[in-house]
Amino acid sequence: MMRSLIDIAELSLEEIDSLLATANDIIDNPQKYSEKCKGKKLATLFFEPSTRTRLSFEAAMYELGGNVLGFSEAQSSSAAKGESIADTAKTVSCYADIIAMRHPKEGAPLVASMNASIPVINAGDGGHNHPTQTLADLLTIKREKGRFDNLTVGLCGDLKFGRTVHSLINALRRYNNVKFVLISPNELRVPEYIRESLKKENFEIVETTDLEAAMPQLDILYMTRVQRERFFNEEEYLRLRDSYILTPEKLTNAKSDLSILHPLPRVNEISVGVDQDPRACYFKQVLNGKYMRMALILMLLGVE
Amino acid sequence: MTIDEIKNGIVIDHITAGKGMKIYTLLKLENLDCSVALINNAPSRKMGKKDIIKIDADIEVNTDILGYVDPDITVNIIKDGKTQEKKRIALPEKLTNVITCKNPRCISGTEQELPHVFTLTDKEKRIYRCLYCESQAK
Repeated sequence: MMRSLIDIAELSLEEIDSLLATANDIIDNPQKYSEKCKGKKLATLFFEPSTRTRLSFEAAMYELGGNVLGFSEAQSSSAAKGESIADTAKTVSCYADIIAMRHPKEGAPLVASMNASIPVINAGDGGHNHPTQTLADLLTIKREKGRFDNLTVGLCGDLKFGRTVHSLINALRRYNNVKFVLISPNELRVPEYIRESLKKENFEIVETTDLEAAMPQLDILYMTRVQRERFFNEEEYLRLRDSYILTPEKLTNAKSDLSILHPLPRVNEISVGVDQDPRACYFKQVLNGKYMRMALILMLLGVE
Repeated sequence: MTIDEIKNGIVIDHITAGKGMKIYTLLKLENLDCSVALINNAPSRKMGKKDIIKIDADIEVNTDILGYVDPDITVNIIKDGKTQEKKRIALPEKLTNVITCKNPRCISGTEQELPHVFTLTDKEKRIYRCLYCESQAK
């Protein structure tokens, strides 16, 4: 049966394990995979700019020996002429073997998958889902920690609008004894429905506004950006912004085997001084994203 | 207050007082040619007061709409002046083109001819979410 990936929750734990195993094998034996997608085409339909995700998908397909076609902004697509997502998906199905779609409207990749005759990968839809970022996060956690169970995971910054945060919580909640420490200003707390559902399933969650106080217990620190446009009040933004900037000083009390993740791009929320710290994993995370996208393309195309 | 008995038609009964007009609007009853009565705040032994809608024609009503607005409603089918069937309404699992998504970033607001679909995600709290963006129905 043809599969797409719109939401990380569509993948079973076994499928995630299998993707992780494939990605690890690609890292160890890249040559083995260099022609796996020979003759196959990936269409990257990016209705809004996203340099990193698009390049990651394209690099992934090239490293599998496949080809890439597509566009990187809506203005250069027929959407500018008013074409529907449904029609775009049907048309591109005639040209390519698999689609990676980024769209500012939430649910657009789902609509594409309902109309395409080839697999569709959601490469980010508005503030909604970004499953391949979560796959990158999971591979990074697995490679750094060797496990998903028994982890204390700190999520810091914009937990209200951050789609990567919501997806990561949804992925990690399926493992045993994961404790979430939610570090954010009151204005940007995790949405109530997520908090409620975690409590309902008896997850241990701690909510705090104090990053430094939370630091010593964390195995993972997932940083996100506090965005100016989320605040109604400029003063409030300026007051809160700096408390969520990660600096080498704030890491003084952190565990020696902490892993610091960030979906990037960062603006100033992790100071450049942290980059040299062996606990900083965010650039490894970028590379892991490419390997997981390779594994996902192979899985959705049914390539052994 | 007296409303004529209906011969062949439908009585939507036990509507929570105040919700009758919403049902009238969602079912688009203003478009019917037949007699339609909306009674607000009718006395009820069980509920204290309730709303009732009587439709003097044998039409199909969208029970998903009724279940979404008020799952405690009963629908009585009247044939030859007698109640032929009493239907209880359940909370529908899925709503298609009943309500629209209020999230301005949702694809359902711009994509041509895309049905507005909501699914029941929390039966206890009667929460519906948009199929496309997962925003809660308001």
